[in-house]
Amino acid sequence: MSGTTLWVAVLAASLGCYLLKLAGLSVPAGWVEQPWVARVVDFVPAALLAALVAVQAFTSGRHLVVDARLAGLAVAALALALRAPFIVVLILAGAAGALVHVLA
Amino acid sequence: MSSAARTATLRDAIGLGVAVGLYGAAFGAAADAAGLNLWQAVSLSALMFTGASQFALVGVLGAGGSALAAAGSALLLGTRNTVYGVRLVPLLKPSGIRRFGTAHWVIDETTAMSLAAPERELSRLAFLATGASIYLMWNAMTVVGALGAASLGGTARAALDSIVPAAFLALLWPRLRKPFPEAGVQRRVAVGGAVVALALTPFVPAGVQVIAAVVAVALAGPPRGSDRPTAAEEMA
Repeated sequence: MSGTTLWVAVLAASLGCYLLKLAGLSVPAGWVEQPWVARVVDFVPAALLAALVAVQAFTSGRHLVVDARLAGLAVAALALALRAPFIVVLILAGAAGALVHVLA
Repeated sequence: MSSAARTATLRDAIGLGVAVGLYGAAFGAAADAAGLNLWQAVSLSALMFTGASQFALVGVLGAGGSALAAAGSALLLGTRNTVYGVRLVPLLKPSGIRRFGTAHWVIDETTAMSLAAPERELSRLAFLATGASIYLMWNAMTVVGALGAASLGGTARAALDSIVPAAFLALLWPRLRKPFPEAGVQRRVAVGGAVVALALTPFVPAGVQVIAAVVAVALAGPPRGSDRPTAAEEMA
């Protein structure tokens, strides 16, 4: 992807996100308090974030792959289950990924 | 309002802002891993300034996705802030030109701190203190993360590759557990999203599977246990 395309994505998405924020402060509450809006806000983040976890951890281009990232993700899940702070989760995941990379 | 309440509000807001802002380093590193340069990473933190959307944008780009799929993911997550704005209007009463400035800082944390403030007058203070401290820390740490990641060697790159999915998992995790509303339904939605995304990966352009997973889960209607109307019922 060219640098220009990247910049367009960065700036256009930034403007769009700002307008979404501004809309909340500007439009009548009734417009936003619709069932379908509540649905998007309640459930889309879980679907989207889970899809991103899966794609970031288990794909490379159009291929499904299992590599050091699986170890990092497993360690992260364990740390989250044990209520570790955010930063600790990330450090442990990174260390696990690096360890498997070195050993493999 | 008492000065003790004011001090407590400021302390909590700044404490939260600094803690959350540190996470900007993870964003800077993820942006670098996705092929964005320093200025693009900083522009996102300064102009978009809503963490989950920023991570989604670089996540899709990092997976080789198109600019359109990346921007679409960011906007889908950005709809949260519209609802937050509606909740903040009675507390902050932003009027005239001030509304345009206030809007930029409408995010998860500023909304939570404003709603949690014990008095109406403290809501605005909580909003501004949280917004200012997160904004400064988040942008500064974005620079640190992007520059740090750019200087990494092979093994450290492997570490970063593992940190990015872990970061998304950490963003997702609180939604899957009580006391998050309908945590059980959230878990089924998450599993559905992940399965659809992986199943489509070999067949669609990179990044499209992420959007498609969201659309598929939305069209599937609420999983059992939810009392919300299905998409089909709403269209009828």
